[in-house]
Amino acid sequence: MKKILSGNEAVARGAFEAGVSFAAAYPGTPSTEILETIAKEYKGIHAEWAPNEKVALEVAIGASYAGARSLAVMKHVGVNVAADPLMTLPYTFIRGGIVLISADDPELFSSQNEQDNRHYARSAKIAMLEPASSEEAKDFTREAFKISEEFGTPVMVRTTTRISHSMGIVELSDPGEKKAPSLERHPSEWVMLPANARRRHPIIEERVLALKKLSNTTPMNFMEMGDIKLGIISSGVAYQYAKEAFPGASFLKLGMPYPFPDELVRAFAAKVEELWVVEELDPFMEEQVRALGIACHGKDRIPMCGELNPDIVRAAISGEPVMKPAQPVLPGRPPNMCPGCPHRAMLWSLRRNKCFIAGDIGCYTLGFLPPLDAIDTCLCMGAGINHAHGMSKVFGPGKEKIAAVIGDSTFYHSGITGLLNLAYNRGVALVVILDNRTTAMTGSQNHPGTGVTIEGQKNTTIDLEGLVRALGIEWVKTINPYDVKNARKTIKDALAHDGPSVIISKAPCVLLKSRAVPGKPLVVDQDKCTGCKVCIGLGCPAVEFGDEMAHINEVCVGCGVCADLCPQEAIGGVK
Amino acid sequence: MNVLMTGVGGQGIILASDVLTEVMMRYGCDVKKSEIHGMAQRGGSVMSHVRFGEHVASPLIPYGSCDIVLSFEELETARYLPYLRKDTTVIINRFRLSPPTVIAGKEAYPDITPVLREKTRDIRLVEGSALALELGNPRGVNIILLGTLSALLKPEESLWIETISDMLPVKIRAVNIEGFKRGRLLNVQ
Repeated sequence: MKKILSGNEAVARGAFEAGVSFAAAYPGTPSTEILETIAKEYKGIHAEWAPNEKVALEVAIGASYAGARSLAVMKHVGVNVAADPLMTLPYTFIRGGIVLISADDPELFSSQNEQDNRHYARSAKIAMLEPASSEEAKDFTREAFKISEEFGTPVMVRTTTRISHSMGIVELSDPGEKKAPSLERHPSEWVMLPANARRRHPIIEERVLALKKLSNTTPMNFMEMGDIKLGIISSGVAYQYAKEAFPGASFLKLGMPYPFPDELVRAFAAKVEELWVVEELDPFMEEQVRALGIACHGKDRIPMCGELNPDIVRAAISGEPVMKPAQPVLPGRPPNMCPGCPHRAMLWSLRRNKCFIAGDIGCYTLGFLPPLDAIDTCLCMGAGINHAHGMSKVFGPGKEKIAAVIGDSTFYHSGITGLLNLAYNRGVALVVILDNRTTAMTGSQNHPGTGVTIEGQKNTTIDLEGLVRALGIEWVKTINPYDVKNARKTIKDALAHDGPSVIISKAPCVLLKSRAVPGKPLVVDQDKCTGCKVCIGLGCPAVEFGDEMAHINEVCVGCGVCADLCPQEAIGGVK
Repeated sequence: MNVLMTGVGGQGIILASDVLTEVMMRYGCDVKKSEIHGMAQRGGSVMSHVRFGEHVASPLIPYGSCDIVLSFEELETARYLPYLRKDTTVIINRFRLSPPTVIAGKEAYPDITPVLREKTRDIRLVEGSALALELGNPRGVNIILLGTLSALLKPEESLWIETISDMLPVKIRAVNIEGFKRGRLLNVQ
């Protein structure tokens, strides 16, 4: 049976066909839909959101040690969080097949960097597969489990945004049988004390050689001979672009680019006159070609930054300048927080209290944009609290007003240890936890703070204020961010406190059913409005300015923050 | 065949392109589609590339090779000029959603027809949003415009309607099929 699937849906299907028992992930674009598809379509697989990617990989490892096939899914930067278990996992004995999906984001559609995670495969010395279509995403995921068990290695399947979020036709197969779990003990292979790990390291090196043999012979790596004047080595979506640009050329298509198939590459290079390596981001394959003493073109012409497309590849190889046809400058549509978003109100209040605002990763990062202009740093998940602490320490207490903002999901992901540190080392900074009861940026996923699992089960809901106190923070208040007057006063009090303080800004995301807004647009009394633009300073998509006056459009959900701010009291409910 | 759908988050472009993709697969074509999710919900620009034929390699349309642009919002039509060629058919839904700088009164909503005319002569304006309102289903503009697009493609009306029936929840099925039929008859000249 044929079906159209996105790359992410195809990975989920591949896991189902491989007989996977357990899957864990932390949401992150472009990987999120993989676990969502598993939870929705393949209920026989136990799926769960982990608080972060390290937990996701480690629980998957637990399931694998019990003999079940297990999957851990994350975006590229999530692998950084999971890198600690990833680097030692290959030293251990693998029972149930274990596969890590890394979804990279060339072009940074929704990420803080565009790192190339293929390097992780080489660092961890594990097999890596790179699908170039939805069909391959499904087939390779299934194959990855086979390789994992046959060679006793974790396997990484690396996708990119254009694979994860593109759709194509996939031929479905029957689901595989799940392996029954059983408890075994393998202490000398699972307890990575130096003496054990030292003995395990040579096994990894031997395994890499065995996997190299596989990559030289696997049908995932294949030649397509055409015109021998131009030979292209490529993988992933870049292969499709090269194929589009030069359909008649000769190709060596690598579905398993690591360990690198040296013999296959040598054989291909000998057959073609001019050799090119076409890949997105870093010269990962190109460097390995050059290490074989084979001359080739690649990053001398193909951009290192951003995603590729057929036109960039065509221009690079033809020797033409890479250029995009002319495009007029149009008013942009930068992403913005939604009308009525509780983050907007809280960020506005913080900005008015004139503090430095160390930010974090979530919808509130968009508060960076004018007119709010209310985020001063954003590095990685959980970093904001620590930036604030470090700053507060070098300034000393009371010298500067330092605050950090972090969303609830991000706080559970990696903010807890930062807050613990702030209390332990007594930084004088305000931490605002923007508790909107969801992981909003990636499309409203549940997390420990809501207590609802991806499978819909209601477990323990975290008492956030209690948790904050337990971490050693004595000054903590929970407020309603829509009450701007109270929010500003609470911020002032917190900043005056001679120690660490936490404000929990609690209001559900406006995209949730539980949202705390009336849902009806407000109106501007045109007789009262003086055109002072105070309301425009919120940057709300519902508040427009024209004819020297403010207007409220139909996207307004009636949160009332602009009405509270209006010096003329010109904004009110529907007459 | 390369179809580019453009518009703004919330207009239902992803669903429309999903239906198109499914129809073309059922018609017997190889088909690929690419779009960017993520921040679309937050009022950003949305574009979806749909490619179909005997064999499709790249999920992205190469520059200068788009056959049809189906635009859900006027200004968004002009954001992807590099994909157009001189005989590209451009279908524009008469609907304007002001970008933030226009909302804030900093610049005017631009007139996009001159830049489009420089690229292609085949520009067709349709009252998709008006029809959606007339049918009492403002969110159904996506399937109405899909109807308009379908009149330019090979698959028969029955295949479209069958596919829409399979893909849309029962609650909104009938009103969207009505919208599709009316959209298919919209005067696109």
